[in-house]
Amino acid sequence: MTTWQEDGSTLLLTPRSGVTTSVWRHHHILDLDDFTPEEIDLVLHIADAMKDVLARPIKKVPALRGKNVITLFYESSTRTRLSFELAAKSLSADVSSLAAASSSITKGESLVDTFLTLQSLGADVVVLRHPQSGAPELAARYISASVINAGDGWHAHPTQALLDIYTIKQHKQSLKGLNVVIIGDTRHSRVARSNIWGLTIMGARVTLCSPPTLLPSGLSSASSWFPRVRVETNIEKALQGADVVMVLRLQMERMQAGLLPSIREYIQLYQLNENRLALAKPDAIVMHPGPMNEGIEISPEVAHCAQSVINEQVTNGVAIRMALLYLLTRSKKA
Amino acid sequence: MPQKIIMTSEDIRRTVARIAHEIIERNKHLNDLVLVGMRTRGVPLARRLATNIKTFEGINVPVGALDFSLYRDDLDSLGLKPMVNSTQIPAEIDGKTIVLVDDVLFTGRSTRAAMDALIDLGRPSIIQLAVLVDRGHRELPIRADYVGKNIPSALSEEIKVELVETDGIDQVSIVTPDNGERK
Repeated sequence: MTTWQEDGSTLLLTPRSGVTTSVWRHHHILDLDDFTPEEIDLVLHIADAMKDVLARPIKKVPALRGKNVITLFYESSTRTRLSFELAAKSLSADVSSLAAASSSITKGESLVDTFLTLQSLGADVVVLRHPQSGAPELAARYISASVINAGDGWHAHPTQALLDIYTIKQHKQSLKGLNVVIIGDTRHSRVARSNIWGLTIMGARVTLCSPPTLLPSGLSSASSWFPRVRVETNIEKALQGADVVMVLRLQMERMQAGLLPSIREYIQLYQLNENRLALAKPDAIVMHPGPMNEGIEISPEVAHCAQSVINEQVTNGVAIRMALLYLLTRSKKA
Repeated sequence: MPQKIIMTSEDIRRTVARIAHEIIERNKHLNDLVLVGMRTRGVPLARRLATNIKTFEGINVPVGALDFSLYRDDLDSLGLKPMVNSTQIPAEIDGKTIVLVDDVLFTGRSTRAAMDALIDLGRPSIIQLAVLVDRGHRELPIRADYVGKNIPSALSEEIKVELVETDGIDQVSIVTPDNGERK
């Protein structure tokens, strides 16, 4: 137990943080490209308070009582979906979940009609994952409920990027000038894309490290439109001086598509193992959005080493999503 | 807008000292006491009360900061989007006597929200309420155990509490709108 003298000073500092909700402009969360650094800071600040709630014996506050949150997933997901549901429940929202496989979509209902149905059923927030890039934006055009993109095609996964930024900030204080290396299939990765936006907005430098066939098209010369992003196909060179190493999942479909000769070659050239991690800064942290293929893109030793913050990412995901749900349901519609 | 000063820094200093004495008088077991400031201005007030109790009785009373924004019931009706800050209570509150501290007692809705927030953190044996200003207009059956100053006010008026820690000056003033009509 601390006494008032020891913590009294810190208590007085926190309310003067200068972070305010007046900077918030979003009614939907589609990607991070239109976020300001102040908005991201606000989300992180509120996530701190939400994390406190999650650490308590009673992990529930009444802030979203009477609000309907509907999760609509057209792709499989463990952590993102559960994380959204737990976040909404901790805020006392009513959560309904719809999996595409068991819905009227199998009877041929169109995407737009599905959105309109959710709207008519009284949704306040729709959390949408869809294999097609742009599906959440389509939803946002048709319904007045807030839409949160929980991953669309190769395009964006903004809540994952925010929880990644939050996790980095807990270890590195500030993102300004940090070297973040993203290793893996950056071409097909919505996680990488949203992270590029979020990280560069917060002032970090991003290095993409992928086999040439798995780099986003046009990005090899992207330095012109992404001044803080560089491409390095050699993993040893990419890892030099890294503060954060983010490993992406290698999707097996890429092999069939002929983009990679073999898994064995990928492991040899791009797996994050202990020897390669040693090239990064000694205090570098290792991240992975999950689900991991241990032994392919990341070695089991690295996945569970002291530098790995992969489990923290999952915990932080709930707090970040609570913060977003709070901010969205509190925003006034125009 | 005309602004009239109702309490100077000296008034506030004396008032806080008097409330500290009243808390000491009412609570025989000061070791079971926890002062919980309601964010934002309740926190420095709680800390000042603790400093006074330390001076008068030589006992360190823990001070916490309570953020009750997630418990408010006026969010939708006012279209408010209050900032959410951390709640920091440095001591177990089970079985303790909690003195909630706020700057202004008005409708009582903040107090209601703060009590809900507090009860989710544990089970205090007693909750008391200390406020620097009671301006009336209660909408809930809530009253303060310790009142610095009763300031009868019109609904159209604003009671402005400023503290050195948050605003750079110690002062309580009443702001009347120009035309005297409701805002």
